[in-house]
Order: sequence, then C-alpha cells, then structure tokens
Amino acid sequence: MRVPGSIKTVLYIEILLPMLLLVFGVYHGLLQVLYRAGFMKELSFLRIEYYQGLTLHAVINAIVFTTVLIVAFGNLMFLYHLKKPLRPAVQWTGAILMVVGTLMAAWAMFTGKANVLYTFYPPLLAHWSFYLGAALLAVGSLVPFFFDWIPNYISWKRENPDKKVPLAVYGVFINHILWLIMLVPLVIEIFFQLLPLSLGLVSEINPSLARTLFWAFGHPVVYFWLLPAYVMLYTVLPKVVTGEGKLYSDGAARLAFILFLIFSFPVGLHHQYTEPSITDSYKLIHAIFTFGVAVPSFITAFTVASSLEYSIKSKYPEVRDSLFAWWKKIPYASTEGDKWLVSYFMAGLFLFLIGGITGIVNASYNMNNVVHNTAWVPAHFHTTVGGLVTLVFLGMALYFLAQLKGTEVKAKGLAVAAPWLWLVGMVIFNVGYSIAGLMGYPRRTQTGATGSYFDPSSPYYMPDWHFYAVLGAIGGVIATLGFVLYLVSFVSTLFAPAKENAELYIPSAEPYHDEKMPSLQKLTPWVAFSVILFVVSYIPPLYDVTKRGVFFDSPGYNDKSPIPITKPQSARDERKETAEAK
Amino acid sequence: MDRAEKFALKVTLVLLGVFTGLLVYAAKGLNIDVPTCITDVEPFTEGKLIQHAEDRYELHLLAKMWYFEPGEIEIPAGSVVDIYLTSADVIHGIKIVGTNVNLMAIPGAVAYARYKFDKPGEYLIVCHEYCGIGHQNMAGKLIVKPTTTARR
Repeated sequence: MRVPGSIKTVLYIEILLPMLLLVFGVYHGLLQVLYRAGFMKELSFLRIEYYQGLTLHAVINAIVFTTVLIVAFGNLMFLYHLKKPLRPAVQWTGAILMVVGTLMAAWAMFTGKANVLYTFYPPLLAHWSFYLGAALLAVGSLVPFFFDWIPNYISWKRENPDKKVPLAVYGVFINHILWLIMLVPLVIEIFFQLLPLSLGLVSEINPSLARTLFWAFGHPVVYFWLLPAYVMLYTVLPKVVTGEGKLYSDGAARLAFILFLIFSFPVGLHHQYTEPSITDSYKLIHAIFTFGVAVPSFITAFTVASSLEYSIKSKYPEVRDSLFAWWKKIPYASTEGDKWLVSYFMAGLFLFLIGGITGIVNASYNMNNVVHNTAWVPAHFHTTVGGLVTLVFLGMALYFLAQLKGTEVKAKGLAVAAPWLWLVGMVIFNVGYSIAGLMGYPRRTQTGATGSYFDPSSPYYMPDWHFYAVLGAIGGVIATLGFVLYLVSFVSTLFAPAKENAELYIPSAEPYHDEKMPSLQKLTPWVAFSVILFVVSYIPPLYDVTKRGVFFDSPGYNDKSPIPITKPQSARDERKETAEAK
Repeated sequence: MDRAEKFALKVTLVLLGVFTGLLVYAAKGLNIDVPTCITDVEPFTEGKLIQHAEDRYELHLLAKMWYFEPGEIEIPAGSVVDIYLTSADVIHGIKIVGTNVNLMAIPGAVAYARYKFDKPGEYLIVCHEYCGIGHQNMAGKLIVKPTTTARR
C-alpha cells in the first residue's frame, strides 16, 4: 500500500531521530566500559563527565530510542494491517511533542544539569527541563494511541464483527495500554515530587515513596520494549525465514500478550528487595508474580521455535523427520530478499536466552542479596534490552527505512554481519560482568578512576575485579564495531535514491493452528483486571513507605549547600573538613 | 492447543512452581531473608560501633557524600554484627564484598542486616548506588582480626 506524503515525513522523523540519538547512546556505552576498566582514568572526556555519559547512554537507549521507535512501529502496523488512514494532524502533534520533549531532556543532559542516571532517584536532582521533557515525550507517544489507534481499532471492529483483529495490531494495541497504565505512577512521581522539588516549590520529599513509584513504572517498561519485538517474532520472523512460513499458533501469541498485560504490574518491588521501609512479605508476593511473568516468555520461546521448525520442515522435505537438522536450514546469514532480517532475530534470541535465565536469578528474592547493584545486573539487561530488543528494533528500523524509500537495503552483507558481531561482543561483556558482579564489582561507578578501585595506590585497590572489567571492555568494543557495520548499511540506505510511488509491504505470517479464543478478543475485562491487580498489589507497600521516611532539607540539593555535581569537591577534601570541624 | 503445546506449558508451570517453592522455603524455612523495615530505630546522625558482648556488635553505619562513618571498622573473627544503615543526604548503597550483606541507604529510613564474620581478613565496603561525582571514592573497610590462640 502507498503511504501518504505527510504521514511519511512523520514516520521518517520517528525513525531518524531515535537512530541519530542512538549513535550518541552507543558512543557513551563504549566510553562506559573503557572508563570502568581503567583505560580512562579521568572523570571527564571531551567535557562530558562519566556520570553524565552514563545518564546519556541509559536515557537515550532505554527511553528515547525505544519509545519513539515503538510509536513509529505502531503507526506502521495500524496503517498496514487495518488499511485505515492515519490523521496527519494527530501524527504531527504527537511527533512534535516527542521531539520537543526529547530536546528539553537532551539539553539538560548535554549541559550537565541532569546527571541523575536513568533512575533519577531523588533527592539527587536534575534541572526541571529534564523531568518536563520526559513527561512531554510520554504525552507525545500517547497522542497517536488516543486519537488514531483507538478510533481506528473501534471502527475496524465495527466493520468486521466476525473477524479477529490482526495479531500485529492486537499486540501493538495491548502494548500501548500497558504503557498508559505504567505511566500513572511515573506521572505522579514527576508532577508531585520531582518537578516541585526541582522548581524549589517544596523542600521535603519522601525518597522511599519516589523509589516505589519509580519502580512501579521501571519494570513494566521493560515489557513495553519487549512486546514490539515479540510482535515481530510472531508475525514477521516465521514469514521471512522461508518466504512462506507460518506462525505455529495464533492463540498462544494472543495469550502471551494478555499474560504480559496482567503480570507486568505486580512485579516492581523486586527492584527494592534490599531496601528498608517495605515489609518483606510484600516483596515475596511480588517475587512470585515476577516468576509469573516468565510464563508468557516461555510460551513465546515455544511458539517461535515451533513456528521456525514448522516453516522450515514444510519448505525442505529432506529435514522433515529430523530432530535437530532443521536448525541448519535457518538462514542465519542470508542476504537474499528479506532474509537478512532473520540474523537480527536469531542473534537477539540467543542473547535473550542468557537474559531470561539471569533474570530469574535477579527475581529470586534472597538470591538478589548476592547480585543487587553489582555488575551482574547490567550484564543481565544488556542481553535482554541490549540484546533481543535492540537487535529487533535495529532490524525493524532498517527494514522500514528501506520500505518507506522504496529501495533495497544497501550494504546488506554488513547489515547481516552486524547482529552477529553484536552478539559476540555482548556475550563476552556478559561473561565478564556477570562473574565480576558475583565478586561484588559495583555498577554505576567509575571504578577505573584515579583513587578508585583499580588504582594500585588507593587503599581500596581491587585487582581481582580488573581482569573481568577488561573483558567487559573488550566485549563492549566488539559490540560497538557491530553497531558501526549496521550504521554503514543504515546510512547508505538512507542516502539511496528514493522511489516516488513506494509500496509499503510488511511480512505477516498466517497461523498454522488458528483457534478461536473468544475470551481473548474482548480487551476491556483484561485491562480492568490488570489495573485492579496493580492497585491491590501496590496499596500495602505504598502505605508502608508513606508511614515513614519523609526527608527534610537535604544537603544533597538545597541552596545552602548546592548539589555537588555542579561544584565538584573531592571526597578527601570533605573528609578533611569534617576532621577539622571535629 | 495441540499436545506439544500443552506439554510445554505444563513443563513451564512445573518449573516455575519448583523455583517458587524453593524460594519460599529458603526465605521462610531457612531464614535467608531480605532486609525488612525497621520501625523502632530512628535514622541516626552519627556512625558508631557498639560492643554488647565479647562477640556481639551493633554497627551504626552512616552513609554520606562521599564516605562511610565509621570508615574503618575492626572486629574479632567470629563476631556477630547487627548492621544498621542510614543515609545523611542522598541515596547510597552498600555491599560488603565477600558477604551477602547488601543494603540500600535511604534517607529517612534504616536498613538492617545481621552477619557473622567468621573468616579473618579485610572486607571492602563499596557504595553501589550512584550518589554524586565523588561516588567512585566512597568506600570503607571492615577488618576482621584473627582471634588469638589464648582465647581459644
């Protein structure tokens, strides 16, 4: 189908903005591993400070890149599968809000006014434009959902009362419902705690409450990133793997999406196991629900594997009776047609296998005492968010760029090599950081700095960790090289001559088992159930944290003693001052 | 649902059921629990080590930008230490390397853990939650001295 010009421009913006920012994000990721292993001993390089770079790396890669691209993805899925026009006014409003929000937050981060990392735990405080920018980005991402997707979804249902909504649309739609619900606690945190504090309107805040609200958003958001990748795994992968493959079971896919909708919310406390203020029995309840969220991932693992097996076996009769030989027929590195996409899926899936297992360790309540806030945790999420999600999103961005331009993907060989190099890099990084993490190597720390853990003259010198930190750096460099290969292909495709009347085509696999599951077709009861579970599972912990721990006039941020990020002062000076005062 | 699908779902549920069972057993049966809320201790403003008996200590650990108070702690091997942790400014965290003591230091609240230090040696205490530009220098030491043969 043809994409109208105005909508096409919006889609270009929504694909190119996140890709442009991702270049900065990946660059700062590379600097992170180099800093941490002690290859860079200063706190700042090219006037970007270590923790500022860490903030840029995390916020860009995890929030901006994902959110904007997910909106583009949703727009394309709705447009292509429902064949209903998108409204240019709505699309432009959404895109402009997202761009303005991103620029506001980016300004604060690039000028060093928001070195608060991805988690922005108060009473560490950023410039108000950082918080407001984040809020605008979120609002912008909801505009197409409310004013394009919902009306189109309802009118399609009315016109086709007997048909199931296309699976891709179903997944995208549930994903944005998820997004809408999880934004509620974040919006409360931003508008009732962070913004007033940042503007100087209040001088007291409850940090435990802020953390609880943040993690009520901060874990479900992982599924917001994951579901578009799952939609691609269910609809695109089986189709492109042979050209005519099928999805093993349509019902299983829909069930997985519904289970994500339900289980995404009562899980946030597993980030807060090691902190006071929350009674441990609620932590245990959230731990059990966190295990529950593994069920849809297991279903997905089974369905994707059987779709691949079915598709390959029906195309190649010679492997029909084999148990494992069909694996060899998967086009892991083919440049033929759309098959290059398979390399992104397969590399992503291999990484996600590691990520899933380490994630169960993190969720395992008391086992978390060993790994909490150690390098184990970044090792885990670089195989999930930095693995499956990133790779599928990269493949998706390149595919849709070529589609919009009406051209073939350029430098396809590099595009196919990129995810495998990324995989190798991430596995090495993962091994290094996982082992170091078990040895206590902390995360979010410039461990290689002068006077810190890898400085032999420091009283806290830790040579045991060093080898693994270097291993992490090697992995990081290899993964970055993979990204560079991808970038070459992306940029060459971007500058390839465009075709005027480009036809949009999105591969979509037909189901092999197509069961009617009428209970999964009506979304409202599931959404209501999900919201109720969310509220119920959070009432006791929220009551707990509001009972205690209001923190008044912190020296961390007030005017009398401004936040030391803007006035650097070394720890030693402060120790001396305290000693003198005594 | 076909047979293979049903089987896979059953395996999933059994597997997660076993994991959950083990987890609850470890927490409630073996008492390997996570830190919980301390309601009877007010956040304190200075760190100190209090000796209650020959091998019983109470440690008030105060995390501040960017040091721990007390910065160096000495105890004899075999001591049981009740660790209370709070923060005087922003959010910090501690991991006592080589042990399972892993706590968040949150202003306005007190975290608690108990640990028996059997093995003599120097235990590094790291701040593992970003707390400002001097975060990487924020560390402390817990020195476990070997007990003298006379006392044995």
